[in-house]
Amino acid sequence: MAEDFDELNAVELTADETALLEDLPELSEIGEARRKFLGQATALGLGALALNLLSPEQVFANLEIPADAVFAPVQVENGVKVAMKINGAEKSLNVDSRMTLLDALREKLNLTGSKKGCDHGQCGACTVIVDGRRVLSCLTLTASCEGKQVTTIEGLAKGDELHPMQTAFIKHDGFQCGYCTPGQICSAVALMNEAKNGEASYVTVDVRGKARSIQLSDDEIRERMSGNLCRCGAYPNIVDAIREVHTGKDVAQKWQFAGETETALFENSVSEDAKQ
Amino acid sequence: MRPFKYTRASDAMNAVSTVSATTSAKFLAGGTNLLDLMKEDVERPTELVDVTKLNFAQIKAANGGVSIGATAKNTDTANHPLIRQNYPLLTQAILASASGQIRNMATNGGNLNQRTRCSYFYDVAMPCNKRTPGTGCGALDGVNRNHAIFGWSEKCVATYPGDMAVALAALEATVKVQTKDGTERTIAFADYHRLPGDAPEKDNNLNHGELITSIELPKNNFADKSYYLKVRERASYAFALVSVAAALETKGNVIENVRLALGGVAHKPWRALEAEKFLKGKAATEVNFKLAAEMEMKTAKPLEYNKFKVELGRRAIARALMQAMNGGKA
Repeated sequence: MAEDFDELNAVELTADETALLEDLPELSEIGEARRKFLGQATALGLGALALNLLSPEQVFANLEIPADAVFAPVQVENGVKVAMKINGAEKSLNVDSRMTLLDALREKLNLTGSKKGCDHGQCGACTVIVDGRRVLSCLTLTASCEGKQVTTIEGLAKGDELHPMQTAFIKHDGFQCGYCTPGQICSAVALMNEAKNGEASYVTVDVRGKARSIQLSDDEIRERMSGNLCRCGAYPNIVDAIREVHTGKDVAQKWQFAGETETALFENSVSEDAKQ
Repeated sequence: MRPFKYTRASDAMNAVSTVSATTSAKFLAGGTNLLDLMKEDVERPTELVDVTKLNFAQIKAANGGVSIGATAKNTDTANHPLIRQNYPLLTQAILASASGQIRNMATNGGNLNQRTRCSYFYDVAMPCNKRTPGTGCGALDGVNRNHAIFGWSEKCVATYPGDMAVALAALEATVKVQTKDGTERTIAFADYHRLPGDAPEKDNNLNHGELITSIELPKNNFADKSYYLKVRERASYAFALVSVAAALETKGNVIENVRLALGGVAHKPWRALEAEKFLKGKAATEVNFKLAAEMEMKTAKPLEYNKFKVELGRRAIARALMQAMNGGKA
């Protein structure tokens, strides 16, 4: 182990890298912090590493950029002051007019649960709930959120108690890689209210019927969740999870951990194979 | 995204004067299309005036019909009891579009002004007369599977992408607009969107700085027999290859009044006037529906890769009319 770390330390820097490190002591501190982390990985928690790392904004703030550099990081342009409630807490931000709600959540407020999938309103991974309605945070300007109430995936649980939709997604294995999951869950949570309010969908048989609380068929759930893509294809399990919360009735899990019987059967078949 | 100044309008006249004063200024409503286009560098406004706080969100009975506010959300419009009961065609068309999330953001006014999803328009490395007049049309001899079969010009073969507007065309709505001299004008829906002609950069007949305040739906007797059929490449959350807004008023089995508008086939919602003319006074039978569809689609001029839309359109028209006769049930 010790040799490995010496090797890491001995990595040769190019002239450019050395010059950059001299101009920018923070970067070399990060380098040291990384090495220290690798050396003491078992002793140090991830939190300690996080403390040692500077945010990109801090690093760039100290950079001296040549005036003609095309990549020059810009400070906030056309700043807009916005006050909104995020997961129940008042937040005041001064944002670049271009900053989307998704970027504000992730980069400014450290709420990285909402995911940037396509960033063009085609995948639903960034879905959050604004004033009770599911919306796409990637197509929402933070500047337009003055006075709004935003709920993200981080705001659904009550302390250690998960939101029923989160519990149902776990029970039914409603994900594989998990990247689309925060968006799926926020979308599904808001959908429960839409159904309660009797809102119609394109597959609703008779839209002229009075708007009253409706029981969603699986087709209705699929249609209404079509704005949330899952590239792993966990759709059947997502529908199971949503149906369970929507109906309040237990839906049978499609998978189970192997019990004693299954383990015995498996071992039996392995030994049978071995005999042949 | 390029830098822009953001302001929140508190007064309609102010918003109109601000945008009128700068050619590169734009109104911002739901932002679902505009922001995407700004990220793609297709739209490059230097100033955005947010109109969502203006008092144009009401949906109310007016002049025997219903007035829907320009900043009312698509979701709220589709689900409003006055719309569901009297204009189920509009409800279905809105609900056929986009996704739940996007309909919660998108406004009625913004929806009319969404831009084509032609991939040559979206790709700033490609020629496009709509995006950059004079650069040519990449789609005319390119991959034009999703493009127009009616009313296109050598300059542009793009289609209008929306669903709501197709229903509004069939319902013969009018668009109320606040002009920069402080007056109000109304535009008949058929005159709202344009065919590309020599100026495909103009999607519609709004002047720069004019603000839609509401869309007016006249009273009609179509609520019992109307249907919005959308044919697309996946079951949901996709743009139409062909869509049909069909509305019928019958006496006995005779068609007293009929409206047909097609989506996904032209630079604007396409009123199928040939088919309408044929059907008026005829019996509401599948045979007649098919004949009418045939008649309309005969006038189509497909491009290399969208010939399928002619047959698809023919079948979609007949099916939509049948569904309408069935009470518009999904």
